[in-house]
Amino acid sequence: MTRRKFFRYAFLAAMLLFIYLPILILAVYSFTSSTQIGAIRGFSMHNYVTLFTTPELRNMILGTLALAIGSSILATILGTAGAIGAYYSPPGISNLMQTLNQVPVVNADVVTGFSLCILMVVALHVSKDTFIPLVAGHVTLSAPFVFLSVMPKIKQMDSSIYEAALDLGARPSAALFKIVIPQIVPGIFAGFMLAVTLSLDDYFIATYTKPATFDTISTYVVNATKGAQTTIKTALWALSTVIFAIVVLAVVFMNLSAARQEKGGQRVD
Amino acid sequence: MEKTGNIIELKDVSLVYEDGCKAVDSFNLEVRRGEFVTLLGPSGCGKTTTLRMIAGFSKPTEGDILLNGRSIVDLPPYERPVNTVFQRYALFPHMNIYENIAFGLKQKKTPRDVIDRKVRHVLDLVDLEGFEQRRVNTLSGGQQQRIAIARALVNEPEILLLDEPLGALDLKMRKEMQIELKDMHDKLGITFIYVTHDQEEALTMSDKIVVMNEGRIQQTGTPEDIYNEPINAFVADFIGDSNIFNGIMTGKLKARFCGGEFDCVDDYKEGTHITAVVRPEDVELTEPAKGTIRGTVDSVIFKGVHYEITVLSGRNEIVSQTVRSAQPGDYVGIHVDPDNIHIMMAEDNTNYFFVDINRDYQLEYNGHVLETNLTKIIPASHRTEDGTVLDAGGEAVDPRRVRIRAAIKPGDMEMTDDQEAGLIQGTISNLIYKGDHYSYIIHTELEQDFIVDDEYLWNMDDRVSLLMPEEKMVFSVRKK
Amino acid sequence: MHFSRKSLGIPYFIFLLLFVVAPLIVLVFYAFTNGQGQFTMQNFTDFFTDPNTMGTLVYSFGISIVTTVVCLLLAYPIAYFLVMSELKAKSTVVMIFVLPMWINFSLRITALKEVLSFLEGNLAMHPFLNSVIGMTYDFLPFMILPIFTTISKLDDSLREAAMDLGANDRQTFLRVTLPLSMPGIMSGVSMVFLPAMTNYVVLDMLYNSTYIMGSLIGSYFNAYDWHGGSMISIILLSIICLFTLLTSDQEDESLRGGALL
Repeated sequence: MTRRKFFRYAFLAAMLLFIYLPILILAVYSFTSSTQIGAIRGFSMHNYVTLFTTPELRNMILGTLALAIGSSILATILGTAGAIGAYYSPPGISNLMQTLNQVPVVNADVVTGFSLCILMVVALHVSKDTFIPLVAGHVTLSAPFVFLSVMPKIKQMDSSIYEAALDLGARPSAALFKIVIPQIVPGIFAGFMLAVTLSLDDYFIATYTKPATFDTISTYVVNATKGAQTTIKTALWALSTVIFAIVVLAVVFMNLSAARQEKGGQRVD
Repeated sequence: MEKTGNIIELKDVSLVYEDGCKAVDSFNLEVRRGEFVTLLGPSGCGKTTTLRMIAGFSKPTEGDILLNGRSIVDLPPYERPVNTVFQRYALFPHMNIYENIAFGLKQKKTPRDVIDRKVRHVLDLVDLEGFEQRRVNTLSGGQQQRIAIARALVNEPEILLLDEPLGALDLKMRKEMQIELKDMHDKLGITFIYVTHDQEEALTMSDKIVVMNEGRIQQTGTPEDIYNEPINAFVADFIGDSNIFNGIMTGKLKARFCGGEFDCVDDYKEGTHITAVVRPEDVELTEPAKGTIRGTVDSVIFKGVHYEITVLSGRNEIVSQTVRSAQPGDYVGIHVDPDNIHIMMAEDNTNYFFVDINRDYQLEYNGHVLETNLTKIIPASHRTEDGTVLDAGGEAVDPRRVRIRAAIKPGDMEMTDDQEAGLIQGTISNLIYKGDHYSYIIHTELEQDFIVDDEYLWNMDDRVSLLMPEEKMVFSVRKK
Repeated sequence: MHFSRKSLGIPYFIFLLLFVVAPLIVLVFYAFTNGQGQFTMQNFTDFFTDPNTMGTLVYSFGISIVTTVVCLLLAYPIAYFLVMSELKAKSTVVMIFVLPMWINFSLRITALKEVLSFLEGNLAMHPFLNSVIGMTYDFLPFMILPIFTTISKLDDSLREAAMDLGANDRQTFLRVTLPLSMPGIMSGVSMVFLPAMTNYVVLDMLYNSTYIMGSLIGSYFNAYDWHGGSMISIILLSIICLFTLLTSDQEDESLRGGALL
C-alpha cells in the first residue's frame, strides 16, 4: 500500500470514528447504570426497562410514530396527486405549482413553523390542541419532497403508456391506477420514506404548532437535556441505541434486497 | 354493411391548436374495409395528429370522422373499436407479456379461458409462442414490436392504427417486419392505417398512400400513381430522388426547362408555367451533340448497383443514375425520353436561383454583392467583429455546405436595355401573350431561365438585363 | 370525460395556497404592523438599529461560514477518496458515512454532548467551538452526499484526458475534478449554510447561550411577540432568497432531493 493510499484510508477511518464514536459510546453506556460517560459501572438493562415501561416515554414514542405515519400518508397522497396534476397541467399552472412547491424546501424550518403558527393559531385562532396545526405543519414540511421524488418518475415514464391503456379500452381512472401509478411507485415509496424521516427528525415545526401536552422525540429530548432528571436522560441513551439499531437493520435490509433484485434481473437477461 | 363499403371517412377534418397553429387542414379521406392505407410525409406534416384523431387522443376542431357511417368524434378512445401500435411500443413495463396482451380483453370482462386462448393465438400469429411469462425488459426491440402488435390485434379492432411502428428498429429488422406486417394484413383482413415518413416503406406495403405536407393532403393514390405521376413538386421531391425544374410550355408537347427545349407527352396549353420532374434513372448521358442540353460532369459516386453522376449545365444541376461511369470534367450531352418527363402545372411561377456566399460572408450573385445580411437568413446566426458569420451552433458558416436560395416572382422583375443596370443579362427565348401582359422567358448567361411578366412587348432574341429588386426576393437556406 | 389528470393537482394546489402562500402573506402583514394592527416600520428599523440583533446577525454568519467551511473541508476529501478508492460497492460505503442522518438529530447531539462534556469538562468554556462541532456533526451527511454523487458521475475519461495532455495529479485535480464538482459543492453548501443560521437547538443543547437568527424567532415566540418574530422571519427569508439566487446558477437542483433520499 502506498503512503498516499494509507493516508487516504486513515483519513476515512478517522472520519468514521468521528461520526460513530459518540453513538457507539452512548450505546455501550446505555447498558450500564452509569449516569455519565467516564464512570465505569456494571452491566444493567434498567435504561431499557425504563424506556419501555414509563408511560410518558412510551406515549411520546408512539405519538411521534403516529404523527410521522399519519402526516406522511397525507403528504404522499397530496404530493403524488399534485405531481401528476402539475405534470399534465398547462405550463403556466405547472410552473407556478413547482415554484410554490420549492418554497418549503428551501425555507428554514424555523420560518415555516413560525409562519404556520402565526397563520393558524394567531390569525385564525385554531387551537393547537386539535392537532390540526401540527399535522398541517408536518404535511407542509414533507409533501413538497414527495412531489419532488414523484415528478422525475412521471417525466421518465413513456407518455404513450397512458394513451395505450385508453386505446385498449381502459377508462381514465383505471388507466391511472393500473398503469400510471404502478410506474411511479418507486418515486411514491421514496417520497413516503422521506416524509417519515423528515417528520421523525423535525423539531422546529412541532415546537411552534404542537399542543402543550404532546411531545415528539425531538421536542422531548431537547427539553430533557435542559432538565436534570437522570433516569430519563439515560433512558434516552437506550432510545438512541434502539433507533440506531433499527436504522442499521433497515439499511442492511434495503441493500440486500437491492443486491438480490440486481442479481435476479441479471439472471433473466 | 353500408353501401359505400368505407369503414372510415374523414370529412373536412381540421385541427387548430389554441395558439392558432394548424396541425391538420381540411383533411378528407375514405378508407375501404380491409385496405392498407399509409399516411406519408415529413415530420410535423400532421400525419401522426391525424392518426391520433382517429384513435381519439385528439379532437378535431372542425369536420367529422365517421366509422361505419357513424360519427365517432365524441367517443373517448376507450370506446372506439380501433387499436394503436405506438411508436415506441408503450408496453406496460410492470406487467409480463401475458398481462400486457390480456389487458384490453380484461377491460371488456372477457372470461379467463377465452383470454388464455386468444393470447396464445396472437402470440402464435406474431411467432412468439411461449413468451407469456417473460418480462418486457427482457425482450429485444423487434420482439417488443411484435408484442405491441399482438396486444392491439387481440382486441380484434375494426382498424389497426400504426404510428411509425418500425422507426426504432435497425434496417434489416425493419425490412423483415415490413414483409411480416404486409402478410399479417393479408391474412387478417383488418384495415390498417399506417403512419410513416419513410417513402420506401410506404411504397412497399400500401394499397393507398396519402402524401401529406404542412397539414394538407398533397396527393392520394396507389404507390404506382404516386411514384409515376406525382401531382406537384413536393410529392415528386419527397417520393424518390428527382430532378425538378421550373419551366414553360413552348408549343404542342414541347416544354422548355433546364436551359433546353424537351419533347414531352403531357399536353398543356402553350405558355403554361410548368414544373418538370425527371427521375435520375431516366436521365441518359450521351455524346454532347446528341443531347438536348449539354454540361460538365461534376461528381461521380459509386452506389453499388449504379453510379450517381451529377452534371452541371450552366447553373443547373442534373442528377443521373446510370450503370456507365464517367469522369468528373467530362463534357456530356443529356437526353430524356419524352415518356419519362413528368410535366405538371406549376403552383406559381416563382423563379428560384442559388446565390453565393463570398469570402466576406456576403451574398453574391453573378459578381454583384447583395445588400441583404446573411445573418437575417440563417436562423440564430450572428456576425463576429472580423466579419465571420457564425451559425446557431457557433460554427462559421461553410459555403460548401450551406446554400442560399433566392425566390422572386415574375411580376416583381423588370427588363431593361441598359445592360449594366440589372443583376444578370440574357436573351428572350420565349414570349406568350397572357391577355393583359406578356410572359417572357429569359435565358441567361448562366444557362438559367427566368420568367418575367411585363405589359410591354419585347422581341424574341432581344438582349436584356434583369432588374431584380432585392426587397422582393425571398431567401431560404438549403443544406447541401 | 369527467375525470382528467389535470384535476388531480387541484387539492395540492389549494394546499399550497393555504399553507405556503397564506402564511407568507400573514407573515408580511404581521411584520409591518404593531399590536394595534397599524402599519409600522418600527420592527424593521428596530432590527437594524439594535446592536444586539445586529450582533446576532454577525454571529449567525460567523457560525454558518465556519461550519460550512469545516463541513466542506471534511466532506470533500471523504467523497473524493471514496470515489477514487478501489472499494467495490462505493454507494454502499458512502451509505455508512451518512447513515446517522436517519437517527433523530436531537439524540445524535445528545451523544455528542456526552462525549464533549467528558473531554472538555465544562461545555460552557468553548461555546463557539462546540457549536461548530455540533453543527458539523449534524450537517456533514448533507455535504458528503451531493459531492459524492457529482464526483462519481464525472466521466473517468475527463481525468485521463487531462493526464494525457500532460497534467500531473495535482493539476488534474485543480483544473478538472474540482471545477467539475462545483455543482455538488454548491448544493452541499446551500444545505449546510442556511440551516446553520437557524438551527438554534444545537446551540441550546450544547449550552451556548449566544443567539443566532433562529433563536431570535424562538425568543419572540416565547414572548408572544408575533410582530417581532414575523420581521425576523421576513429577514431570514430574504437572506434565504438571496442565497438561493446566488447559488442556483451553480447548483444541481436534482442533488438536493437526492441527498435526502
